Amino acid sequence: MKYLRSFVLFWWNFIVGDDWRMAAGVAVGLTLTAALQVWWLLPPIVAVVLFGSLWRAARTAAT
Amino acid sequence: MTTATLLTALGAFLASAVEMVEALTIVLGVGVVRGWRSTLIGVGAATVVLTGLIAVFGAALGSIPIGDLRFVVGALLLVFGLQWLRKAILRSSGYKALHDEEEAFREERAAAAAAGDERRAGVDWYSFTVSFKGVLLEGLEVVFIVISFGAGQGRYGPAIAGAAVAVLLVLVAGILVRGPLERVPENTIKFVVGLMLTSFGCFWAAEGAGVDWPGDELSLLGIIAFFGLVSYAFVRALRQRRTGEPVPA
Repeated sequence: MKYLRSFVLFWWNFIVGDDWRMAAGVAVGLTLTAALQVWWLLPPIVAVVLFGSLWRAARTAAT
Repeated sequence: MTTATLLTALGAFLASAVEMVEALTIVLGVGVVRGWRSTLIGVGAATVVLTGLIAVFGAALGSIPIGDLRFVVGALLLVFGLQWLRKAILRSSGYKALHDEEEAFREERAAAAAAGDERRAGVDWYSFTVSFKGVLLEGLEVVFIVISFGAGQGRYGPAIAGAAVAVLLVLVAGILVRGPLERVPENTIKFVVGLMLTSFGCFWAAEGAGVDWPGDELSLLGIIAFFGLVSYAFVRALRQRRTGEPVPA
């Protein structure tokens, strides 16, 4: 059980990292891209997701 | 040689070099203090396990349809790259301390010196497990990078070549300096790697989702430029937020 937990935790940290909302934002961006079939949608969504995560980190560091 | 091939090799090279520097720091820290025999046995054992994993998963990848594979690895690469980019931007803007390999080396050395002397089958268990875990985890990241870059492009040659050159260069540097590689501007490399992982991930994931990019692989350059500019703007905005003063151009 301990090893399973460590295994899952390792992959979670490895892939999702410090902010799960970034991974969730990417999932939303990809779903919309697949549904609408437009190439220009994903880069701005990713930029917004990144900015949101950075801003939250900056706000947490400041408090 | 196409632009995408060159960028794939370069991306795999840079990302792998960062991971190998981290593994090298751990190995050197333990080896210098506790001796090299058990440390190198740990490195060797980790290398054997990694080779086995590559043999198993590498063969399995060939049977997955390329479109699905592109979507999955593109999404993973995108999330993975965003983590790197996020950390690099926070470091560049002063919200996060710069990762200091020399400090990491000192900490590793102090921990190694403080650990007890437990021996099993003539092997110093501390040296073995620490170097084994360090090389295995960082090596797994290199494998993941190679698989992602290779699968996205549909061929593994350029990614394997980039990673192999990185591993060799870091190894030679480690033998030559026998100390932490603190002169490597780690955050700059991480910034570039984050940028490339994010851009490649964005390109492949969208392509895997059925989207056609204008200019095909050439649009990769446009995506890299877009995220480069966006990241630069974010660094400036965060610096300004931290200091409360406008940042000079």
